[in-house]
Amino acid sequence: MNMSKILLAAPEIWVFLMACIILIVDLFLREERRGIIHLLGMLTLIFAAIITLRADYAEAGLRSASAFGGSFLRDPMGDVLKLFSYLILAFVFIYAKFYLRQFRMFRADFYTLSLFALLGIMLLISANSLIMIYLGLELTSLSSYALVAYDRDSRRGSEAAMKYFVLGSMASGMLLYGMSMIYGATGSLDLNLIGAAVSSAGRDDVMLVFGLVFLVVGLAFKLGAVPFHMWIPDVYHGAPAGITLLIAALPKMAAFAMTFRLLQTGMGSLQEDWGQMLAVLALLSIVLGNVAAIAQSNIKRMLAYSTISHMGFMLLGFLPGTNAGFGAAMYYVIVYSLMTAAAFGMVILLSSRGVEAEELDDFKGLNQRSNWYAAIMAMVMFSMAGVPVFVGFFAKWLVIQAALEAGLVWLALLAVVFSVIGAFYYLRVVKLMYFDDPKTETDINAPVDFRAVLSLNGILMLGLGIFSGSLIAVCMASFGA
Amino acid sequence: MESNWPVLSLLIWLPIIGGALVAALGQQKASQARILSLLVSLLTLALSVTLFTDFDRDTAAMQFVERQPWIDAFRIEYFLGVDGFSMPLILLTTFFGVLVVIASWEVIRSRVHQYMASFLVMEGLMVGVFSALDGLLFYVFFEAMLIPMFLVIGMWGGPRRVYATIKFFLYTFLGSVFMLVGLIYLYLQSGSWSIPDWHQLPLGGQAQTWLFLGFLAAFSVKIPMWPVHTWLPDAHVEAPTGGSVILAAIMLKIGGYGFIRFSLPITPDASSQLDWLIIALSLIAVVYIGFVALVQQDMKKLIAYSSISHMGFVTLGLFIAFGIFRNSSDPQGAALGVEGAMVQMISHGFVSGALFLCVGVLYDRLHSRMIRDYGGVANSMPWFAFFAVLFFMANSGLPGTSGFVGEFMVILASFKANFWYAFLTGLNLVLGAAYSLWLVKRVIFGDVGSTEVAELQDINRREALVLTTLAAAVLLVGLWPAPLVDVMHASVAELLVHIQQSKLPVMGAVSAGI
Repeated sequence: MNMSKILLAAPEIWVFLMACIILIVDLFLREERRGIIHLLGMLTLIFAAIITLRADYAEAGLRSASAFGGSFLRDPMGDVLKLFSYLILAFVFIYAKFYLRQFRMFRADFYTLSLFALLGIMLLISANSLIMIYLGLELTSLSSYALVAYDRDSRRGSEAAMKYFVLGSMASGMLLYGMSMIYGATGSLDLNLIGAAVSSAGRDDVMLVFGLVFLVVGLAFKLGAVPFHMWIPDVYHGAPAGITLLIAALPKMAAFAMTFRLLQTGMGSLQEDWGQMLAVLALLSIVLGNVAAIAQSNIKRMLAYSTISHMGFMLLGFLPGTNAGFGAAMYYVIVYSLMTAAAFGMVILLSSRGVEAEELDDFKGLNQRSNWYAAIMAMVMFSMAGVPVFVGFFAKWLVIQAALEAGLVWLALLAVVFSVIGAFYYLRVVKLMYFDDPKTETDINAPVDFRAVLSLNGILMLGLGIFSGSLIAVCMASFGA
Repeated sequence: MESNWPVLSLLIWLPIIGGALVAALGQQKASQARILSLLVSLLTLALSVTLFTDFDRDTAAMQFVERQPWIDAFRIEYFLGVDGFSMPLILLTTFFGVLVVIASWEVIRSRVHQYMASFLVMEGLMVGVFSALDGLLFYVFFEAMLIPMFLVIGMWGGPRRVYATIKFFLYTFLGSVFMLVGLIYLYLQSGSWSIPDWHQLPLGGQAQTWLFLGFLAAFSVKIPMWPVHTWLPDAHVEAPTGGSVILAAIMLKIGGYGFIRFSLPITPDASSQLDWLIIALSLIAVVYIGFVALVQQDMKKLIAYSSISHMGFVTLGLFIAFGIFRNSSDPQGAALGVEGAMVQMISHGFVSGALFLCVGVLYDRLHSRMIRDYGGVANSMPWFAFFAVLFFMANSGLPGTSGFVGEFMVILASFKANFWYAFLTGLNLVLGAAYSLWLVKRVIFGDVGSTEVAELQDINRREALVLTTLAAAVLLVGLWPAPLVDVMHASVAELLVHIQQSKLPVMGAVSAGI
């Protein structure tokens, strides 16, 4: 293999090196100079973005390029998702720095683990063989398990980590089992070869269909789609808010990529089968996520159920099996990540003096304490509810369009009705902020970088909505739609 | 006609950006916020007048068109334009944009900057609704408008404001998501989001029926029609005066406008088939809700029910056209109905806005909306009594006021469809007079109710300015409706020709179902 092929994985190599460097540098740093670690982390992301943007294969006029015997694939979809992963992780670093400092947990482990999780996500996004997918998945998952238990003295955190670990391992097992069946049926690990083998084998191959079922179960676990969603509320609730932020916002983009690669690239000719399975998962997630969120009084749990319903909406994009549908799902997952980052950014902002602002009541009267932050949270909530002109609406519109394109009118109707039911709990947050009186009059303090990034994140809700054409075009172009 | 400069964009974005600036002023600078809002809304009004003066009355084509690609991947455009239906409604919007700023001048004391900003943003969004010619753009404005109103009712409303505002939001949201599904279906069928393209799109019978029901879900809630009207009395009662005024004067009109822009031209065959449904619901609104209004104890609630009943005239006027076509070859009658509906919308805007302002004047002084708390107000507030009586007369359809013109046109048209329609709507004139005049008797005239009433201050100059302007508008439309009717003639004629042509695929051709 020549050098230029290895360089396709340059962003991954860079992130890996930097994660190791940060690990070593920390050994020689004194407590008060730990800010350097944060700078190194940001630097890693910025350079990773630059390396990713200088894609040689695109300059050579190719749509995609692969390395490592076809198991690593660079394509526009992967590049866009990676770039957004860097952006989200940069947001996470800045939000989490403030949070971790407040709670005396500001250690370099967070940055190392996060970067390893990012590396796993990047591998997962670019993976084009079963082995690479499993590798990326495990790297992401193991880093996430450790992060959930980051506050090792917290019983709730340890419990959540344990739960996450056991259920996550089970999901990985399912996925692996499915993969082994598919390998048995097709005799290949490369997704392109599997795709070819599957289309010639047809739908009658029992082992193949069985393998597919296990794959879908594993994917549903990772996405958090009902009925495989149980871990989400507990993990979100149990982990420290700064970590929940990362777990909620970042890995979903990789989960999307994994779902696309496995189901479309690998099993594209079985679209009719997995389309039906995903339709059921989507419907259940939308219904249960939206209804259960209404009953929550803890904002982290509320956002957890909201995640479940968002994943249901995202799955709608997979149903027609067209490029426009995949583009819609990709747009949805990017928008979801941006919204979630901003929502947890607000939760972190309101935490003060070692107390997490995790109850909905902590948002009471926010408008009287600060017009600006109340406006940001309101924009995030309206966006999540799918009210135009915020970006969340455009995401919902595209996936509903995809469901209609697939001819599933009843599913589209149910989805919109439940999005109205879901609007209730987002409105409740707005109600608390604007219509109620504050519980405390304490000032909202945060470092300037935190405030700037949170403001940017909030304005993106509006800006990406008003100028929605560009990001939609990018997502559609990634699939050539 | 291509315009040289983007009037419509200015009308949309000037108040929105102005609103953002006002909000940025912050809590401390209340008086600056008021002045800036007044300036922005006056400038918007001045700009909108050019729409009226430069409007070409001889064509039904869209005017002041602006067309830019917006979301290219799905051929969605930033496509604006007005015709004879939307232009008067935009003027109504900018007119009330100024009035609510003046009417709330010293009444709103807390968070003035956010109050004024909400109204300015809302004004821009409502102009957007009336001028959008792209389906998705329309939906965006249509929904986004709910947010400022949600905040206005919830932040400055009465004791049950939270219940009322969430009900208002969810009700209208639920209605409009069905329309969204319909709009997406239209895009998938036609490959375009342009509303004028949709007007020409042939559609099968079943598809038309479903689309018609989708539009009905959105617009019947908005206008509102019986039986999905229940959010309106709650929202009106709890909203602050400015909110009630905008809600009654403009937001309800968006429902009527939606029928004109979407239901009738896109699904003419389904409209023709299901016109009995709309007519039945309209007649129930006109008669039954009229009776409901009669028994109200709360002045705002009474006006709210009266609004629903008056909106029944609008839907009736629009949908009797099909009955008239079936009965006779005389298209004049159908035109009378549609024009009557439009005049009724404009007139109801002025009258209901004025009535809510009148109740607001009383509420600011005594903090009660209950009829029983008043009586003999004329003794202490003679000028107020003069205006209030005028507006309540207009509400009951007194000739010479704007209320008469629209109702008379609709009743006249409904004679040509069916005598009983005309009879039942005529009954509303009696009912309207009954609940309006009975209210006047109990509140304005009679013995002085209490010592507080005896000590009431008459309206100040600011209130007099607002009410005089509205009185002039009500009388102008009542005595000389010609300029208003003239601008819509061409558009109405075109619409009526359009809805007579079936859009069903020709028999024998491949049948296109849903």
